Formats: sequence, C-alpha cells, structure tokens
Amino acid sequence: MPVLETANGPVWRRRNRREALTRWATWLVGALIFLWCWARISDATTWFFVWDAPSIAGDILGRATPPRWSYIDNLWVPIWDTLNIATLGTLAALVMAVPVAFLAARNTTPSALFVRPVALLIIVATRSINSLIWALLLIAIIGPGVFAGIMAIAIRSIGFCAKLLYEAIEEIDGTQVEAITATGASRWQVMAYGIVPQVMPAFAGIAVFRWDINIRESTVLGLVGAGGIGLQLQASLNTLAWPQVSLILLVILLAVVLSEWVSAKVRGAII
Amino acid sequence: MPMLTLDALTKTYKTGDQALKAVTLDVPAGQVLALIGPSGAGKSTLIRCINRLVEPTSGTATLDGVELTRLGPAALRRERRRMGMIFQEYALVERLTVMENVLSGRLGYVGFWRSLTRRYPQRDVDEAFRLLDRVGLLHMADKRADQLSGGQRQRVGICRALIQDPALLLVDEPTASLDPKTSRQIMRLICELCAERGLAAIINIHDVALAQRFVARVIGLRMGEIVYDGPPDGLSPDKLTEIYGEEDWEATIEKVDEEDDAVEAAE
Repeated sequence: MPVLETANGPVWRRRNRREALTRWATWLVGALIFLWCWARISDATTWFFVWDAPSIAGDILGRATPPRWSYIDNLWVPIWDTLNIATLGTLAALVMAVPVAFLAARNTTPSALFVRPVALLIIVATRSINSLIWALLLIAIIGPGVFAGIMAIAIRSIGFCAKLLYEAIEEIDGTQVEAITATGASRWQVMAYGIVPQVMPAFAGIAVFRWDINIRESTVLGLVGAGGIGLQLQASLNTLAWPQVSLILLVILLAVVLSEWVSAKVRGAII
Repeated sequence: MPMLTLDALTKTYKTGDQALKAVTLDVPAGQVLALIGPSGAGKSTLIRCINRLVEPTSGTATLDGVELTRLGPAALRRERRRMGMIFQEYALVERLTVMENVLSGRLGYVGFWRSLTRRYPQRDVDEAFRLLDRVGLLHMADKRADQLSGGQRQRVGICRALIQDPALLLVDEPTASLDPKTSRQIMRLICELCAERGLAAIINIHDVALAQRFVARVIGLRMGEIVYDGPPDGLSPDKLTEIYGEEDWEATIEKVDEEDDAVEAAE
C-alpha cells in the first residue's frame, strides 16, 4: 500500500516498508550467488592460459597479416557455391513453408484439431535443430556436397518462415475476407483475393530476412563437408595457414555486407 | 409474394448471448428499408445471418423461394451472388487496385484460374467501367484502394456489390466512418442505385435522421427483437425511447435535421 496515512495527511511512496525490505533481501541473495559462482569458475580456470591470451592472439594476428591475396583464385567457386546454397535453400524452404503456414494459421487451417498440431510440429521440429546438425545428418544420408548444404538450409528455414508467415496470416483484417466471401467466392478465391494480398508484404520481408540469415549460415556448412567456402576455411585452419584464413574471413564479411545491402534494397522496394 | 422472408430467425452466440430472438420479417421486391437500433441490438448479426457470414441458430431465411438457411456450401455460394454486401469500414482489399476490387464482385461467376490471372470476361470489365463512371470514380480505376478517401472507398464498395448483379443489397452501417456530408451523399447514391435497378436493400444505420430522410420503411431493433416496423414519420419520441432508451428525442432529432439542412445548403 503505497499511500501511508500520517499525522500530516497521506504520504505516497513507491513501495511500503515490507516491499522495500523484500527487495533488498532479494538483491543481497542475488549478489551472494554471483560471488559464489565467480569463485567456482575462477577455481576451475587455468589462469595461465587466460593471462597468455593477448600475446597468443597478437601472435595469430601477426601471422594472419597480410592476407594471402593470391589465394583468392581458389575462393571464387566456393563463395559462389555458398551464395547458391543460401539462395536455393531459401527458395526451397519458402515453397515448403507456405502450405505449412496456411495449415498452421488458426483462421485458414482446415482442422484446428488434427491438421494444425501436425503443422505446428513441423515448424517446431525443423526450427529446433541447427543447420549444422541437419547438414551432418543429410551428409550421412545423401553424401557430402552442395546438395546436402541446400537441403540443410532449406529444412532449417521451413519452421522459421512458416512461423512468421502463419503469425502474419492470423493478423490479417477479417472484414476483407468477409467481403470476398460475401460475393460468393470459393474457398481458393477467398484465399487468393482476401488473404494473399494482405500477407504479401510480410511474405516478402520474411523471404529476404531469411535469405540474409542463410548466407551467414551457409558459410559454415563447409566445416562439416556440405559444400561452400567453409570447406576452404576448415582446410586452412587445419594446416595453420593463417594468411588464407584471414582472406577467407574477409571474403565472408564482404558477402554478408553485400547481402545486407541487397535485402535492405528489396525491403525498401516492397513497403 | 415477398422477395425476402425471415421466419423466426434466431442467433444465440456460444457465449450464450441471444443476438436475435425469433425475428420475422418480409421484404417485398424493390423495397429499401432501414434497420435502426442501438449498438448490440443485433443489426449486424441480422444481415449476416441472411447471407450466412454468421450461421443462424434456428429459423429460416428465404430469398425468392430459396431457403438460404438450408443450403450446402456450393449452393450457398451461388445464392450469395444475388446478395451484394456493403460494409462499414468499406472492407476493400487494400493492396489491390480499384478495378480489381470492383471485379472481385464477379468472383462467384468466374473460375479460380481466370480470377487468379485477372482474365475477367470483357463484359464484366465493361460493366465495371460503367459502374465506376456512375459513381464518379472512373479516373481512379488504376489507383490502389488504400490511396482513396473514405467516401471514395465506399463508392468502390458499392460498385463491388452492384457488379454481382444482385437482387438484394445488405448494407452494414455504410456511413458510420464518414463525415456528415459524405454520409448523405453515400446514402443518396445507394438509394438512387436501388431505385434505378429495382433492388431491395436492408440498410443498418444508427443515424435516425439520415434513415428517416432516405427510406420508406424503418425497422427498429432492440435486444434482438423488432419493436418498430413502419414509415419513418411514425417514429415518435416514445418509439425512439422504446428502441434506444430514455433521451430527449425532440431536441436531438430537430438538431440533427438543422445540421443536415446546413450541409444541404453548402453542397
């Protein structure tokens, strides 16, 4: 009760005495837990390596500069593969995500009791597994290479795209759908005229956003053998060829900046 | 024989609210009637029960001998083509053009692929141009619906309903989002078009003065029951009190009338 009656009339405070004491006690307990954890971590750390870290990092930086520019000739094909993995994977994901989204959205699902849970399961299952792990699984099934990378990216993206899209579908303006229904339109016509135009901007935004994420994700897929520039990165790391590593990182940075620029342009054009 | 007959039409929502209590009503061909009543009286539910955007709980609605309340999905879609609907917030598809919105009134007549690829029959397109010209929006045909003002959007909504070639118009608060002058113009347009084409119409409206000015028959709805059915000048203060509750009606109606005349003079 923040209003306290005193002899000089009512006084307002943010908290009464009891609430204030509780808050102080909670803060105290929190601080003690933090100190205890700090001590535990400190005991388990080999501090020699930590004190050593700046000089090691400096050493690696020294070895990595300047980048080995001539190595760029070996990178054109892998970076092109990486971009293709991201783009084709995103397209494949969208093709699969659209029906899943319509089945998952409360206002378009044919059956909220049977179909919707299946669609939601697909969304959760594909989203919860990292694309590196999908890639490992798919390499075991369809062998290493670019195709496994594309499939890993595609499957990983279904859930993400479908989730955002079905949320957009659920937020559409119902009266526009009503109006189209009232003309005697069929179920599919209602979808094409009443729903699709309303979710188009969201769809385009989701597609570009996911493509942007996938470019970054596909750069590491090569680490497990699913094609792209990650393969070169791993090979260079294994042979301690630091000048090559720094060049590869620069190329990846450039690709990501480029994709940011493209997606910003596309998003601007849509809205 | 009346064109539209409602017999003991009842709607009880899942929450237990009885929106319509056995409404019985005859509408002859070509009659324009206004449905007045306070918010929550069941006006919207009543017209939505006719084209079954809302499923009535019991009772029947019959249009030209066809019992609407008994139809399967395909037959219902066919009958919906004969009932044009006009909405309070216009309910245009905002991201489509004016022309696409008008032509969407023909969806019940064209196949899915034709409508998806926008290849409507030329006579539908001709009719769309004629209607847009009639409501004064021919130059807007290529604009996107969200670029239009409220009054213009409602005109497009009217075109969309009329291109269905309906026998009956269901009109849900056509003027609630419009300024007084535009409201009057829209009401006049709807009534003129009904007269031109011999359409019957049920117009939900909460502006009593506007209703009195334009229609020949007024139905008063209160708590899902019809409490008045007669000519507009029969709406005495006592009757309005019965429909809406206690209020000084003489002053209110007179004042509204004066405002209207002022607007008329300004036009």
